[in-house]
Amino acid sequence: MKQKVLLSVKNLKKYYEIPQGLFKEKITVKAVDDINFTIKKGETFALVGESGCGKSTTGRTILKLTEPTDGKIIFDGNDISTLPYKQMRTLRNRMQMVFQDPYASLNPKKTVREILIEPLRVHKKFDNVTRLEKVKSILEIVGLSEYHLDRYPHEFSGGQRQRIGIARAVILQPDFIIADEPVSALDVSVQSQVINLMLELQREFELTYLFISHDLSVIQHMTDRVAVMYLGKIVEIAKTEDLFTNPKHPYTKALLSAVPITHPKEKKERIILKGDVPSPANPPSGCTFHPRCSFALDICKKQAPITTEYSNSHSVNCHLYTEFKEETTHAINHS
Amino acid sequence: MSANLEKALHNKPAVEVKNKKESRVYNYFANLFRSWTGTLGFIIIIGLLFISIFGPWITPHDPLYADFSKKLLPPMTDGHLLGTDQLGRDILSRMIVGARVSVIIGVLTVVIAGTFGTIVGIISGYFRGWIDVVLMRIVDVQLSFPFILLVLVINAIIGGGLRNIIISLAIGGWVIFARMIRSEVLALREKEFITACVATGVSRFEILFRHILPNLFTPLIILASLQIGTFIIAEASVSFLGFGVQPPEPAWGNMLNEGKDYIFSSWWLITFPGIAIIIAALGVNLFGDWLRDTLDPELKGD
Repeated sequence: MKQKVLLSVKNLKKYYEIPQGLFKEKITVKAVDDINFTIKKGETFALVGESGCGKSTTGRTILKLTEPTDGKIIFDGNDISTLPYKQMRTLRNRMQMVFQDPYASLNPKKTVREILIEPLRVHKKFDNVTRLEKVKSILEIVGLSEYHLDRYPHEFSGGQRQRIGIARAVILQPDFIIADEPVSALDVSVQSQVINLMLELQREFELTYLFISHDLSVIQHMTDRVAVMYLGKIVEIAKTEDLFTNPKHPYTKALLSAVPITHPKEKKERIILKGDVPSPANPPSGCTFHPRCSFALDICKKQAPITTEYSNSHSVNCHLYTEFKEETTHAINHS
Repeated sequence: MSANLEKALHNKPAVEVKNKKESRVYNYFANLFRSWTGTLGFIIIIGLLFISIFGPWITPHDPLYADFSKKLLPPMTDGHLLGTDQLGRDILSRMIVGARVSVIIGVLTVVIAGTFGTIVGIISGYFRGWIDVVLMRIVDVQLSFPFILLVLVINAIIGGGLRNIIISLAIGGWVIFARMIRSEVLALREKEFITACVATGVSRFEILFRHILPNLFTPLIILASLQIGTFIIAEASVSFLGFGVQPPEPAWGNMLNEGKDYIFSSWWLITFPGIAIIIAALGVNLFGDWLRDTLDPELKGD
């Protein structure tokens, strides 16, 4: 069955310029550098990477919370990257966001009622009575009750607040939700509740998720496809199962090897990466991963790799899988 | 017992709006009386308000009536509780009437300076860009003048009297509101719940009025309460220097001014108005401190 593409991101770039004073040249930080991916309707697509690799910026740029520097964001057939502010506002009822920190993403001066009615009011949906009904039913769905309507955010626990945040995103019945590390601020026991809630909502409302996370076990549990990001670039995209069983990019391998083992007798080889993540303000030449890569070839220092389709729905940005196959096997054999 | 009552009010299942409001007011008072400095400030403020409202009816003597036969009487003589001044006027009565000047100036200046400063602060913090640069340079320029000097200059230009002293104090004092509100707005607009509003599709205008403004209320109340004390002292200083409220109209500041010549022979002339200024400023500041501790959620204990 061929699924419809809901969102495709083409050559998306987000650069930040940092002024260095009057006479010095500005430093350009390439937070998101030329990334491509597509999300099909109904799937859960994950962006994974270390902190600072640009995954949150990608999410925010797709929702145009920051303006993209370059590239196209095609949502349901229309390019929204150049959409003017007003039209973008009306489109927002179809794409929503769940934020990382449930303590910061709810206005402390607003009651749950006000927080949840606001999206409906802004998009002029329903009359007042129906709005309240909607709010009550959505509260019920996310596991809170009518009783909580007139409470303020500080009266709730982190998990409950995140439920409110999710309710706010879902109440407009959008097609697409970007979840920016929605569970990383929560306790592990609460994490699973919130994740299961999100999966339930996905079934109920036919949602499409872009799930941003650094937690590989969460990603393995709930996503269909994964894109691995490193220093503003996507290094590998694959189906979740595929990626976890058969990672291709050296960085993905290292990342997966860092997942804690679940059983003490389980043996696992750890790949420890050398050095730190380079500054995105001054990324290494060629492939940005080459200084830390144990398989680095000469070409890696000079030329950035292009996306290579390894197999259907599995693509890698690495020279090891391009035309330098012989040299590659040689390098791997001798490492 | 108070804890039980609090619990009872909170656990009532179907809470009516009115009840909830009552319990909130009750909570504030329970909280107030737990802090003795806050209570002291509150009592001083209530006393000050009472005196300034009912002053003319509770003075033991006519504050403007001069009796030269009774000049410079020490305290507790001839029915003059705090003595008389160089013209034989009752000091207590003059202080009571003068309280009104202090209160009016303190409150009105804060209202005017606060409103203007808040508007400027919001515009510059929320819209940024060139308008922020222009407004903040104006603030910088004004901040480089000493506050009292600026007030005196403005006062010298527009003349004395109650209305003009309020105007000049407000002109001198709006910058601190502008600066603080701007920094609050700058911090607020980067908060994630504002980003969440943008993601929801709330318009800029609504974000400003529905989300940023309510969050400014707390810092504004706190700053205003602390500034009232500053303005009371500033008014006294300006009146002491011979500007501001003109004699024979009594104000604490010009009572100090008139009494300073007799400081070695008749200490009561300046001591009592001085103490009044200290108490008023102290009371307002104590209350402001308590307000800050209560309203600032970061510092909130329970």
